[in-house]
Amino acid sequence: MDGGEEELTAHETALYDRQIRVWGVDAQKRLSKAHVLVSGLNGATVEFCKNIVLAGVGSVTLMDDRLVSEEVLGANFLISLDEYANSNKSVAELCAESLRSFNPMVGVSFLSGELSQMDGQFFDKFDVVVVCSFSQKDKILINETCRKRQKRIAFYTIDCRDSCGEIFTDLQNYTYMQKKGDERIERQLNYPSLEEAVLIPWKDLPRKVTKLFFAMRVLEKFELLEGRKPGETSLSDLPSISKLRKDLCEAQGLKESHVADSLLERLLAAGKMEHPAVCAILGGILGQEVIKAISGKGDPLKNFFYFDAADGKGIIEDITVPDAVTA
Amino acid sequence: MASTSQSEAIKGAKVLMVGAGGIGCELLKTLALSGFQDIHIIDMDTIEVSNLNRQFLFRQSHVGQSKAKVAREAVLKFRPHINITAYHANVKDPQFNVEFFQQFNVVLNGLDNLDARRHVNRLCLAAKVPLVESGTTGFLGQVTVHVKGQTECYECQPKPTPKTYPVCTITNTPSKFVHCIVWAKELLFAKLFGDKNQDNDLNVRRSSNDSDGNGSSDASKDVFELSPHESPDQYARKIYDHVFGSNIKAALSNEETWKNRKRPRPIFVSDVLPEEERNGGVHSEDGMGLIPSAMGSLGLKNPQEIWNLSENTRVFLEAVKLFFERREKEIGNLTFDKDDQLAVEFVTAAANIRASSFGIPLQSLFEAKGIAGNIVHAVATTNAIIAGLIVIEAIKVLSGDSKNYRMTYCLEHPNRKMMLMPVEPFEANPSCYVCSETPLLLEVNTATTKLRDVIEKVVKSKLGMNLPLVMQGSTLIYEEGDDLDADMLANYAINLDKALNELPTPVTNGTTLSVEDLQQELTCNINIKHRDEFDEEKEPDGMVLTGWSGPNTKPEKSNPSSNGESSSAAGAKRKLEEISDLNGKNKGIALEVEVNVVDDDVSVLNEFPTINKKTRVQ
Repeated sequence: MDGGEEELTAHETALYDRQIRVWGVDAQKRLSKAHVLVSGLNGATVEFCKNIVLAGVGSVTLMDDRLVSEEVLGANFLISLDEYANSNKSVAELCAESLRSFNPMVGVSFLSGELSQMDGQFFDKFDVVVVCSFSQKDKILINETCRKRQKRIAFYTIDCRDSCGEIFTDLQNYTYMQKKGDERIERQLNYPSLEEAVLIPWKDLPRKVTKLFFAMRVLEKFELLEGRKPGETSLSDLPSISKLRKDLCEAQGLKESHVADSLLERLLAAGKMEHPAVCAILGGILGQEVIKAISGKGDPLKNFFYFDAADGKGIIEDITVPDAVTA
Repeated sequence: MASTSQSEAIKGAKVLMVGAGGIGCELLKTLALSGFQDIHIIDMDTIEVSNLNRQFLFRQSHVGQSKAKVAREAVLKFRPHINITAYHANVKDPQFNVEFFQQFNVVLNGLDNLDARRHVNRLCLAAKVPLVESGTTGFLGQVTVHVKGQTECYECQPKPTPKTYPVCTITNTPSKFVHCIVWAKELLFAKLFGDKNQDNDLNVRRSSNDSDGNGSSDASKDVFELSPHESPDQYARKIYDHVFGSNIKAALSNEETWKNRKRPRPIFVSDVLPEEERNGGVHSEDGMGLIPSAMGSLGLKNPQEIWNLSENTRVFLEAVKLFFERREKEIGNLTFDKDDQLAVEFVTAAANIRASSFGIPLQSLFEAKGIAGNIVHAVATTNAIIAGLIVIEAIKVLSGDSKNYRMTYCLEHPNRKMMLMPVEPFEANPSCYVCSETPLLLEVNTATTKLRDVIEKVVKSKLGMNLPLVMQGSTLIYEEGDDLDADMLANYAINLDKALNELPTPVTNGTTLSVEDLQQELTCNINIKHRDEFDEEKEPDGMVLTGWSGPNTKPEKSNPSSNGESSSAAGAKRKLEEISDLNGKNKGIALEVEVNVVDDDVSVLNEFPTINKKTRVQ
C-alpha cells in the first residue's frame, strides 16, 4: 500500500490530529486505503472494530449471520436495545449500522455467508482478515486460503474466554523499517502459518511458554473430537477433557502440570462468556497490531499474544518453526 | 466470568469516575458491560472535534456539549437499566467534598492533569476510599491502585510539576524552539491581544550604558498601542520591526550576554519581503472566509509544512492584520487557545521568526501547535486497554482481593515478553507529606519575598492546594474561600503584598507556617529558613522547598525476598530488584511511563522520525 499523493482533507487533519501526532501523516494515509474483513462479532472483535474505524481505515466488512440473543449482547456495546428488538437483522448488519456513525469516513458494510466456504478470490478484496470464535479447523482453512493468494493478506485470530484471551498473527513474509536509536534499519520477519505453529511438537517449544497456549490447544482438540462449536463447553466436561489432556501431554512429551486444572476449569465453565474488560484489552492490542501492519510502522507482534486477568500479564509468545530464519 | 462473590460486589457497588474523555469513554462503556449498576461521572469539559478520534461515545453533532452528559446518554442506549449520574462540573468544586467521596466504594480517575489528580488523591485519602489512577500517552499507559494504609498514595512518589523557564531565557537568550514558543505565546500574543493591564516582560533589558534608558521604555509602551491614524497593516509592520528588529539590535549592545553565546540577528520586514509587498496589503484569496485565517488568505494549505522566513513573515503580518480587521472586539481579552486557528498561526509565525533570528531550527504549524497547546498525542487503542485494566483492578478492590492489587504498565516494546507488565504496589512512603504528614522546609529570602509569591509558587503550585489557609502559630495570615467577610478579605489582600518578615506575625528564620486545605483535608507544616541569594537559572522561583516526597532509596528493614512474606498488607516493600531487573531500555521507559504519562501540562513525547526527542513544555 503506498502513501498516495493526495493530502489529507482539512477535516481529516482536524479529526485525526491526536493520532497523527503518534504515527504521522503517511501512516494515516495508508490506513485510509486499507480494507479489513472481520468475521465473528463477539466482545473482542467488536472492540477491535471500534478501534480501527476510529483510526480511519478505508473500509471494514463484517460477517456474522446470527440473530441477536442474550449471549450476543453480553459484551457488545454497538447494539442498542430498542433497535434490535423488532428486527430480523443479523448481528453483522446491526453492528455495521452502529459503527458507521463512529467515523463517517470509513466504509462499513456487512456480508452474509460462511467465511470458511469462500473461495480464494473473495479474500483478494481485503488487506486484513480477522476471525473470532472459529474452530481450529476453520481457522487453519481460512489462513491457508489467504496465504495462497498473490497479494499479501494479513491474517489474525482473536478469542476471549472467561477472563483469558489469545491473539494469533500471520503477516507471512513481512519487511519493515525498524527504529534503532537514531537509525532505521530494514528488518524481515517470517511468520509461520497457524497450522505450522500448532503442529510444532510441544517439547520443542521454548521452555516457559505460557500455560494458556496449551490449554487453548487442548480445548480446541476437545471441541473437534466432540463435535462442539467453539465455546460449547461446561464444567461437566472436565473429566473427559482431563483424559484428553493426559493423552495429548503423553504424546507430546509434556508434563501434565503445564495445563493446569484450574485453568481448564475456568475455560470450560465460562463457555462462550467473555469478560468485557479483557475484550477491551484484546481488542486494543489487536487494533494496534493491525494499524502497525497496515502502516508499516512499529514492531509487529510475533506471533501469539496472551492475556490472563488472573496474573495480569500480557505476553507475547514466538511460536515459530525452529529452522525458520529471521533476518 | 466473574465469580459469584465478584458479581455481587459489582452489582452492589457505587463507583465514581472522574473524567469522561479518552479513558473515561472507554471506562464507562466497560463498566456498564461488566455489570456495574451505579456509576457517577464528573467532567467539566465540552466536546471538541479533536476528541472524536478516540472518545467514541461522542459524535460530530455533540461538539460543544458536556462530555459527562453525552457519555451517559450514549451508554444508556445499550444498557438502559443502569444508573448513571453525570456532573458537568469541576471536580475541585466544593460540592465534591469528603462527604461526597465517602459514598463511593471506589474512585476511578481518567484525568489529564496533575493538579486534579492530586486533589482527588487527597480527597480519597480523607474519605478513606480506594483510588485507581491511570494515564496514557500514545502507545504508553499505566494503571495504579492506591488504598490508604495498604499502598502508596498517588503522591508518595514525586510527580514532575509543569516545566517553567527562567524569564531571561525567554526574553533574552532563547536556545530552543520551545523558548520561542513561550515568548510568542506568553509575551507577544499576550501583549498585543491580551489584557493590557497585565505585567509583561516583553521589553528587552537594556545595558546600563544605553543612553536611551528611560525614554525608550516609554516609547515601547506606545509602540504596542494602535495609533488612531495607523492601519492594521502599518501597525503589524511596526510591531514586527520593533520586536524582531530594534529590540534585537538593542539586546546586541549588551556585550556580556553574548560573550559565550551565538549572537542573534535583527530582522526587519524590509530584509525579508520584496519592495512591492512591504507597503501594500497581501492579496487575500480567502479574505472573507468564515474563520479568519492567515494561511487561508495566503494560500498556505499544509500545516505540516515548515514555512521559510518570508512565509512566516507574511503569516505574522497577515495574522495581526486579521485580528484587528475581523476580531477587533476580542482584542484586550484574548488568551491563547490551541483551537483558535488564527492564534496558532500567529504564535507559530512569531516563534519561527524569533527562532530564525537566534539560529534555532524552524517548525511547522503542526509541531508548534503541539508545543504551544501542550497537546498530548493519543489513540483509542491504548485508552481501551487501560480501561480494561482499570476495571480489573476495580473489581479486585471491591472484592477485597488486596493481595492481587497490581500496578500495570502498558509498554510499547515488550519487556521479558510482556506488553502488559504487572508490578506489586509499594507500601506508603513514610516521608510523603500528603499521606504521612511530614514537615517541609522552605528556604526563602524572608526580607524580599512577598507572601503572594509563597502562596502561588509553593502552596498552590508545589503543594497543590486549591483553597489554602495559612497560619503562623495561632494567627491566620491568609485564606481563600467563599464565605469570607470583606474586612478579612481586605486584610488578606494587604498581607499578600507584604514581605514575609513584615507580616503581622513576622515569618522569619526558624518560624513555622502551617498550611491547610479544608476541602482536601490536608495539613502541612513548613519550617522557614532564611537565605539571601538564589540562582536565577537553577532556582527560578527564588525559593526552594525540600522534604516533600522522596522515595526511600534504601530498603529500611531489608526484606527483599518473596511477595508472600510481606504482611497481610497489599503493598510490598519497595522492590528494588523489580526495577533494576528491567533491561536498560525499558528501565527508561518504565520510569518515563510513570513520570510522564498523560498530563497535558507536563510533556510531549515525540516519536516522528524527524524529531526524535522528548520535549518538556510549560
